[in-house]
Amino acid sequence: MNGRTARAPLPTAVMVLGALYCLLPVAWVLVAATKPRADLFNSFTFAPGWALLTNVGDLTAYRDGLFWRWTANTALYAGAGALLSAGLSGLTGYALAKFRFPGRTVLFNVLLAGVLVPGITLAIPQYLLLARVGLTDSYLSVLLPSIVSPFGMYLARIYAAAAVPDELLEVARTDGAGELRIFGSVALPVMAPGLVTIFLFQFVAIWNNFLLPYIMLADDRKFPIIVGLYTLLSEGVTQPALYTLVITGSLLSIVPLAALFLSLQRYWRIDLLSGVVKG
Amino acid sequence: MAAARPAPPPRRGRGRLVPYAFLAPAIVLFTLFVVLPIAYTAYLSLLQVQVSGLGLGAGARHEVFAALQNYAVAVGDAELWASALRVLAYGAVLVPTMLGLALLFALLLDAPRTGLRRATRLAIFLPYAVPGVVATLLWGFLYLPAVSPFQYVLRAAGLPVVDVLGPRSILFAVANIGLWGGVGFNMIVIYTALRAVSRELYESARMDGCTELQLALRIKVPLVTPALVMTAVFSMIATLQVFSEPTTLRPLTNSLSSTWTPLLKIYRDAFVRNDIYSAAATSILFALVTLALSFGFLRLVQSRAFGQER
Repeated sequence: MNGRTARAPLPTAVMVLGALYCLLPVAWVLVAATKPRADLFNSFTFAPGWALLTNVGDLTAYRDGLFWRWTANTALYAGAGALLSAGLSGLTGYALAKFRFPGRTVLFNVLLAGVLVPGITLAIPQYLLLARVGLTDSYLSVLLPSIVSPFGMYLARIYAAAAVPDELLEVARTDGAGELRIFGSVALPVMAPGLVTIFLFQFVAIWNNFLLPYIMLADDRKFPIIVGLYTLLSEGVTQPALYTLVITGSLLSIVPLAALFLSLQRYWRIDLLSGVVKG
Repeated sequence: MAAARPAPPPRRGRGRLVPYAFLAPAIVLFTLFVVLPIAYTAYLSLLQVQVSGLGLGAGARHEVFAALQNYAVAVGDAELWASALRVLAYGAVLVPTMLGLALLFALLLDAPRTGLRRATRLAIFLPYAVPGVVATLLWGFLYLPAVSPFQYVLRAAGLPVVDVLGPRSILFAVANIGLWGGVGFNMIVIYTALRAVSRELYESARMDGCTELQLALRIKVPLVTPALVMTAVFSMIATLQVFSEPTTLRPLTNSLSSTWTPLLKIYRDAFVRNDIYSAAATSILFALVTLALSFGFLRLVQSRAFGQER
């Protein structure tokens, strides 16, 4: 910002070192995905090859495009899950922030405790319970548990409390609008930026969640990308040819999230997170 | 449910039910997918399977009440203690390193004379877009002696090759993956907290002859302590629950046992050994310890850092 201040070499060097450390594996996968299968373990790590398209073709050919099915599955789990989760969080956060009613504090504290419950304490019994109703190994078994995000509801409550003015709601009520209509046409538009943030957090959380689909799913045609890549890697121990597929798949799986990050940068309202402690 | 407190401002008849109607979907889903599973885990943890006769046939296995026996077994299980200590050591290596670096990067980003701030910020934040499993795949290959550029350099220099995936360094190899994935996100959280501070405060400190280093240590660090506490608690919880990194790395090395962390052990007990009862007891214990640690840490730092401020 200030053009007159000279750059300090040491801080700049530290930041550049940090950036190189963070870029190293990404740069490696970019290069490795271009290497023909035979060169993967036989050429210098960062020597690029010319086989990127062949590798993508091999990956596409693998079991009739299973990888692209995993991609579509991931988009479904993360996209639909995060959308429903953001909607539910918005509704819940709004109600907790803008109404006073008996039981409000209790509900809010139960919700807060939910943020701290370890995933596995939930995932195994969720599996056993869903098995009782015959829902394991289905899309719903991954989608339904992903909708409930205590953290998202908590963020939505903070956001609604700060962003939705009480006067606006009172005016709408005196005009005789129904409560659902007030939520939909008065509160929701004001809360939209916060809900986009919650959508993004939840999208990443579902995209990154390995444990839940790993436990719930047996049929590899329902896998999300990361579980699929994991099984490919495990099989790669006996069939090293699969390593090239794993590497190409890893590269392709990073692209959509990185694009989402860069394009929606202004919605990454991380200050909402800092508000968690400031209360 | 009715809490003992003054009645809310009077509303028109059915208006009183509105908040409950709004909350109904969340209450139903939260009950089904959070409360019920926890209750079910607690219930299972009190049961055991008893095998009668030769254990053959459908009726030969039935559940019996076992009181706290599963807990007694879990507490006496040396493997569980070993995995718990391992995950604590892992956290002790990872969390301070990650938050220390995140704080350093955030302070440098906030310092006026650091160059290339925008580019380095994006680069350091980029790993957040990479799922833990994929991050582990990338680092796992970089650790493999046949692929690793570090080993290549060592070999070229005629130095002995270090097996990063060997039993001695595996803890650090996994911690490095956690560090890589988490440092950028925590940097942004702390940086955001720094940006929220009034610039005028810094200006007056500079006028008083405060150097940038003093400014960072004496003014900025105390101001972002709440953000640091928050990131510490969340990092601790995530660290204790480490699962996908060691699971993904296991096909590449023999140094990771199937009980390397408590979560791996719970998974093995439940799905490999089909002993959901002891897995349930262990996961209840694990959840209680996680809660105790995070609340304990919060209370500790709150009484120290926030006690005098608020």
